[in-house]
Amino acid sequence: MTQVSELEGLTGKGGRGSATVARVGALQGAIDSHGERAARRQTVYVYQAPVRLWHWVTALCIVVLCVTGYLIGAPLPTLSGEASNHYLMGYIRFAHFAAGYVLAVGFVFRLYWAFVGNRYSRQIWMIPVWRRLWWWGLFYELKWYLFLVRDPKKYIGHNPLGHAAMFTYMLVLAFMICTGFALYSQGAGAGSWQAAMFGWVFDIWPNSQEVHTWHRLGMWSIVIFFIVHVYAAVREDILSRQSMISSIVSGERVFRDDFRD
Amino acid sequence: MRAHTETFYEVIRRQGISRRSFVKFCSLTAASLGLGSTGAANLAQALETKPRIPVIWMHGLECTCCTESFIRSAHPLAKDVILSMISLDYDDTIMAAAGHQAEAILQETRQKHKGGYILAVEGNPPLNEDGMFCIDGGRPFVERLKEMASDSLAVVAWGSCASWGCVQAAKPNPTQAVPIDKVIRDKPIIKVPGCPPIAEVMTGVISYVLMFGTLPELDRQGRPKMFYSQRIHDKCYRRPHFDAGQFVEAWDDEGARKGYCLYKMGCKGPTTYNACSTTRWNGGVSFPIQSGHGCIGCSEDGFWDQGSFYDRLTTINAFGVEANADQVGLAAAGVVGAGIAIHAGVTAVRRLTSKAGPEKPPGNGNGATGASNSTAG
Repeated sequence: MTQVSELEGLTGKGGRGSATVARVGALQGAIDSHGERAARRQTVYVYQAPVRLWHWVTALCIVVLCVTGYLIGAPLPTLSGEASNHYLMGYIRFAHFAAGYVLAVGFVFRLYWAFVGNRYSRQIWMIPVWRRLWWWGLFYELKWYLFLVRDPKKYIGHNPLGHAAMFTYMLVLAFMICTGFALYSQGAGAGSWQAAMFGWVFDIWPNSQEVHTWHRLGMWSIVIFFIVHVYAAVREDILSRQSMISSIVSGERVFRDDFRD
Repeated sequence: MRAHTETFYEVIRRQGISRRSFVKFCSLTAASLGLGSTGAANLAQALETKPRIPVIWMHGLECTCCTESFIRSAHPLAKDVILSMISLDYDDTIMAAAGHQAEAILQETRQKHKGGYILAVEGNPPLNEDGMFCIDGGRPFVERLKEMASDSLAVVAWGSCASWGCVQAAKPNPTQAVPIDKVIRDKPIIKVPGCPPIAEVMTGVISYVLMFGTLPELDRQGRPKMFYSQRIHDKCYRRPHFDAGQFVEAWDDEGARKGYCLYKMGCKGPTTYNACSTTRWNGGVSFPIQSGHGCIGCSEDGFWDQGSFYDRLTTINAFGVEANADQVGLAAAGVVGAGIAIHAGVTAVRRLTSKAGPEKPPGNGNGATGASNSTAG
């Protein structure tokens, strides 16, 4: 942080005088008369290709699932004519089930990848609640979002706040997969593998109408996650000290400065 | 008790039922139970050789709609067959005996047929105030229920009251009424839910137990699979309209006249396990959806607490406000969206104000100075 504060003295307060020039020269990297400075741009390969593919497939599935799911609970205006001429609700439900299957397969694959992928692939599945540094980082990141601190910290993987959000989101996804397949099993029948694997959901909520309600509340929680996720990614991409959006495309985390914390 | 010697068939013949009618009944019942081609013969064999099983039919907190349904059974006719098939030793609603005479039968059956009678329970016991909300024969119903259940072969839970609790157990449940499986722990219980259950389902379950001497195969929630393994929605004759996207939007609209799907009118068919859409009611005449009204889900656990009968999305009491999942979700998303908009606004203002000055602001994302200073404020 010392270097940052030095630099602040240069740019924030105008950067005047020969003493300043001398201090600038002591800093690493190239720097111009306005105090701008080309960092070395340290790069770490974080998101491996399967993780990125999973991210975007899941994102697409979630868009399909939210739209079709909304329309299953609150269908489009009625169609006239012969029933044999239409299959609208059938197509909507098919899209929902198909996207649900893809999402679930992706989820299982992502869980598998946590075992065979790089060290960052394991992050979203576990929260290091026993580490004080993690908690310190969580509160620091909260302060950053409350405008209480000037700079965020640098993280190769998720920052602790994002980490907590992603972990929670994995739980929500698991909840949606379980309740979703349980509801699907009602149509598939009592002897189906869906009923055998996910029938326990009805031990918790014997009346499946309640499962429908919870599944729908889960959908809205995902919509909210989606909003927060996109906002945080864009904001961090602009303001933080590392790349965000390009990272989930290229997999590389690029740091914008070389300053130590 | 003559139940020891007489078989069902003997009783039936004694009451004037012809052999032809008896065989017809066996065929119909075997078919309705889905027992295959040899089922009718097995049924006839069992009824001709097995002694009648004594049945005790008790009433707790209930409205007697189960009995009303039961006595309207058309296949078989309750009057001619079922009341002869089973040795209905005690049913305070329809028996002739009263007072101490009637009560004596309970103890007599319990002693003579220890472990050999079927206990059919209509209604449920309230537990609050030591069961004082339902006094039957001078004692709390819950005590009599436990007593009679302790020596029974099996227990049949008639209707949603005995199976789930039904209206008396709906929130806030002041009498603390509970389904009978909360007080009878050590006996097999067949749940036959519905408010009331379909008459043919009731007689079908009884017939099965009599014929095979065992309980029918039960599902996860304790209901006989033969009648409760599919939802109303799965076999609804309006299902094609659902798949097509053709819905009744109002009770008097074109769709209602054309018999479109009642999903948007709050039909609980998609979440209700029962045989209404196949067996139907009143001898197969009709069922609620056929007469233009959605299913209210009366055979499901806690159906009184699932909001309005006429809403597809259940009303939930979120923070004391009556709203459905969409209203709650949309409000929450709106609050988060507004919060983010404000947050983004504050971020932008701080970024702009921190750059205010005679010099050009540092290039975006080109170095630590640009990012870190901008938020310094």
